[in-house]
Parts: sequence; C-alpha cells; structure tokens
Amino acid sequence: MAKRIEVKGLDIYYDKFLAVQGVSMTIEPRSVTALIGPSGCGKSTFLRTLNRMHELVPNARVEGKVLMDNEDLYGANVDPVNVRRHIGMVFQRPNPFPTMSIYDNVVAGVRLNSKRMKRADLDALVERSLRSANLWEEVKDRLNRPGSGLSGGQQQRLCIARAIAVQPDVLLMDEPCSALDPISTQAIEDLMLELKEQYTIVIVTHNMQQAARVSDVTGFFNLRAVGEPGGLVEIDETTKIFSTPSNQATEDYISGRFG
Amino acid sequence: MSTPPTNPATGPAESLDTDRLPAHEDPGPQTVTLAAVPLTRGSLPRHAARLVLLGAVGLGAALFAAGLGATWGAVLAAVAYTVVIYLWSRSVEGTRRAFDRFVTAVVSSAFLVALVPLASVVWTVVDRGLARFDTEFFSYSMRGVVGEGGGVNHAIFGTLIITALAALISVPVGMLTAIYLVEYGRGALARAITFFVDVMTGIPSIVAGLFAYALFELFYGPGVRMGFMGSVALSILMIPIVVRSTEEMLKLVPNELREASYALAVPKWRTIVKVVLPTAIAGIATGVTLAIARVIGETAPLLITVGITTSDNFDPFDGRMATLSVFSFSQYATPGIPREAYFDRAWSAALLLILIVMVLNLGARLISRLFAPKTRG
Repeated sequence: MAKRIEVKGLDIYYDKFLAVQGVSMTIEPRSVTALIGPSGCGKSTFLRTLNRMHELVPNARVEGKVLMDNEDLYGANVDPVNVRRHIGMVFQRPNPFPTMSIYDNVVAGVRLNSKRMKRADLDALVERSLRSANLWEEVKDRLNRPGSGLSGGQQQRLCIARAIAVQPDVLLMDEPCSALDPISTQAIEDLMLELKEQYTIVIVTHNMQQAARVSDVTGFFNLRAVGEPGGLVEIDETTKIFSTPSNQATEDYISGRFG
Repeated sequence: MSTPPTNPATGPAESLDTDRLPAHEDPGPQTVTLAAVPLTRGSLPRHAARLVLLGAVGLGAALFAAGLGATWGAVLAAVAYTVVIYLWSRSVEGTRRAFDRFVTAVVSSAFLVALVPLASVVWTVVDRGLARFDTEFFSYSMRGVVGEGGGVNHAIFGTLIITALAALISVPVGMLTAIYLVEYGRGALARAITFFVDVMTGIPSIVAGLFAYALFELFYGPGVRMGFMGSVALSILMIPIVVRSTEEMLKLVPNELREASYALAVPKWRTIVKVVLPTAIAGIATGVTLAIARVIGETAPLLITVGITTSDNFDPFDGRMATLSVFSFSQYATPGIPREAYFDRAWSAALLLILIVMVLNLGARLISRLFAPKTRG
C-alpha cells in the first residue's frame, strides 16, 4: 500500500497549449499533500496527470516523468488502466452511478473489472469500505436503495468508499468538499486524517483553512500571467507555508493580498 | 498546524471596498428614472380574459349563424379576441402586459390550428373504421373473399413480422453507429458519418423501396417480392432515426460518470457497456420505439418490395405478404363490388394501424419509466 510519487520536470499540454510547466515534487507515502492556488493555475490538471486521467481529453499530453516507487507512469509499456488501478480519484462533484444501488456503487470498481468474488467477500468488502468512509452506520439498512438518493455529503463519502474499495495505493481528491456544507466537510476531513494511515493522499483545495487543517505538506501553484503556463511556486511543510513561506507570491496568496 | 498570519477573509475585502465605493455612489440617470417608476400598476379584472374570449366565441357563433361558414367564424373570433384583449390591456396594464397577452393569444391560436388536422383525422378514422371493427375482421384473411366480409389477420401478422425484422436490422446498426459517434468518433470519418446520417434522414420512402428492390433484383431477378426486402427498405428509413435518438441520449450522460468509471480503472468498452448504456437505456428504448412507430405505417416502399396478397403468408423470405398500410391502400385503390365493403375495410385497417402506433407510443413511455435511473428507492 501507500506508495511514494516523484514528479520530475513535468510539462502538461492541451494540444499545443502549455498549461503547466516544470513541476517537480515528491509526494510522501502515508501523508496528506495539499495543492492550493488560484483558479486556472493548473492544480486540477496536474492532479489528473498523476493517474493519467489528463490524456482522456483529446490531444492532451505530458512531457517529463512521474515515478511511483521508481516506476515511470508514462513509460512506454505502461497501461493507463493499470495505473488507475493503483491510483484512485475522488471528484469535485459527487458522482455515484445513478443506475446502481449503494451496494453496487461500492463494489462497482471490483465488479466492472469483471473480477469474480463470492457474495460473502463482497458483503465484507462493502462493509469495510463504507466503515472506512464513515458511512456504514447511516446506510447499512438501505444498501439496496439508489446511491443518488443520498444527501450530497453522503454521496461524496459513498464515492470515497467506492474509490477505496479497489484498495488503491494513492488517493487523489479534486476539491472533494467544495460542493458540501461545513458538517459534511468536517466528516470528510476527519476521514482524510484516518485514511492517511494507509494511503498516500493528494488533495486539491481552494479552502486554505482546509489545507492548513488536514495536510502535512502544501504546494502552492500559481500563474505568472494570463496566457502563461501555470507552475509550482513552492512546496514545503504545511506549518512553514502558512507561517513563513519563502516566496513572496505564496505569502500574498495565503494572506489574501492576491491579484 | 498553524494559523495563517492574516485572516484572508478581512484583509482584501477592505481594500476592495475603498477601491470600488465611488462607483456605487455615482448618481447616474438610470437611478432617477428607476425611482420614478411606481411599484404598482393597473390590472384587468380577474376574469377579463375569459369574458373577452366568451364574447369573441359568441361573435364567431353569430357570424356562423349568419351564414359565414365555420372557418371564417373561428378566424374572426380569434382575431377579435386578440385585438380586444390587446387594446384593453394596453390601456389599463401598459405595453409589457399587453404584449404578453397578445403573444399568449397568438401562440394559443397556433396550437389550436395545429390541433385541427389531428382531431379531424382521429374523428374521421374512428367514425368510419368502427363499421368493420369486429371479430371477423381480426380473425379472417381475405382469401376467397369477394364483396363483404373478410379480414386483416394476414396483414396484421405481415406488418408485425416485417416491422420486427426491420427493427432487428436497424437497432444494432443504429445503436453501434451512435456509440461510435459519441464515444470514439474523431475527425473526418465521424464528420462524414454524421453528414450521411443527416442525408439519410431526408431520403423519400419511395427511394428506400426502390433501392431495396434494385438490390434484391440483382440476386433474385426481376419481379421478386418478399417480406424481408420490405424490412430492408424500412430499416433504411429507420437507421438514421435510431442513430439520432441514441446519439442524443448518449450525449446526455454526464461525462463525470465516465470519468468516475475510468478512475476506478475500468476499461473504456466496459465503461460504455456497464455505465453509459444503462444510464441512457430508457431514452434509447423510447427512441427505438418511436422509430418503429414512424416506419410501421410506411406504404410506398412496401408496395414496391412486398406487394399485397389475399392469403396468409408468414414466411418473410418467400413471396408477397400483406401489410396493414398496403392493404388499406389496395382496398381503397382497387375496390370490387360493393365498393362500400372495400372502403370500410380500408378505414378499419387504418384505424387498427393508428391503434398499434398509439400502443407503441404508450409502450415507449412505460419503458422509459421502467428503465429510468431511480433517485429514490
């Protein structure tokens, strides 16, 4: 479980447009790494390159290296589907499969990959995943109801349960709380702190207090100017970024004196 | 964990306020006019529209009674209503409300005009078709029938068999084309396919029939007639409808669902089969049913390819078959004696066809309700 990710000189393109330039960072296992920065600076784009979701956009491509435990994710014979088996993702808007029940949503990753499992094993997997996502107590009596009937916060925790049911090594979260109320946000932040015991977590957030609360390391992305590519300005211990950042732009951003 | 040195919520807000405050205080000319607009306005009495409508209808009825004809009576009533309600509303309520009432009147009139042919067709077909809507009509074929009696048993089965075969050809071809266009298609090939599907939508049905006949003539020689040839002709008309409706439904599936599936390391083809299609299946089923309803009443291509017969023939690969639409046409076009018996059968066959299409439409609604993703359990 929990693997280290090293990014070396990553350039991210949409066709000919260079969106993010020259990102290098190391993401430690069993920690939460937060990525902050203004809109459009390439945080989400960068996150999506980590599990090769970026290339689903037509003509999108990257240059540079992303190493997971010294194995290049963009190597010649790497199958992106297998990469995503190791690196799961939770999206900004909760997106449970509308045709499936809560139960089926949790086992979707296993079942859609046509793995055969005994009913008892599946039941155990569902309970374990939902417990890890702090959702079990709320839904255990209605596992056969549609997943889209849950509240927004519950749906998002269902999506987290779905993502960890396939037991990835790394969990990417793209603004997982931006569509949720403070109570659901609290639940998911608590969950992240529990999950980091087992997983490597990378979270993109616009909420700086959230980054300060949950993350061990924070990276600040910025855009030099409109039309210029975005890039990583600095990355450091969260306590250091929020108290004595070494870059003026970082200090301006976190203190709100930005733009 | 540490607290940020400055609270982001307060710092920038103050500086922004001082920057922008003067702009808000600028007493522009709009502010003055806005202040002069009163909050209340006059309004017509509660039943004004109904009363004017009643008056207009009364006027139309009076004109009709005076011998002006129903059409002119209705047209003049509509015009009278529109003019009176507009002028009255304008004098009391102002131009915006008056224009609203004017457009409401025009749209409602257009709707009623569009409804006239539908009501007329339904009324005529039911009125004349009920004469022969009896058990003999459903259980007998026309074998050996001259004059009165006889039925459409052979034509019912012919229509169902030929349409089912057409659906069997069109649904896989159409759905796979739509899946290609939405999920895979890029560049020139996809554009070309979209273009030709558009072109196919506009093919006159007689041309589809001639094409199928020309195709089968190559293999079977001149004068060939068979039910399957009719199915091919119908599927040419049906495929573009299936492609279009399936395409629209697949486009409605949110991209987030596809991404969620990819993020779970599900390959693309399984994502399409297990996530995209189940999400869109209700709409696709409705589209397919409506496409069937669209072609089941086609006459011209079947006249060329399948012809008509008086006996039962349930083998679509051998010889002429009867279909309801062609039956109706031939009964009307080449009546025997007494003519009324043939005309009655033609009307009854038309009524039956309309009923089948109606059942298909109701079926489509039922299907979409049954298959639709459930949000509450």
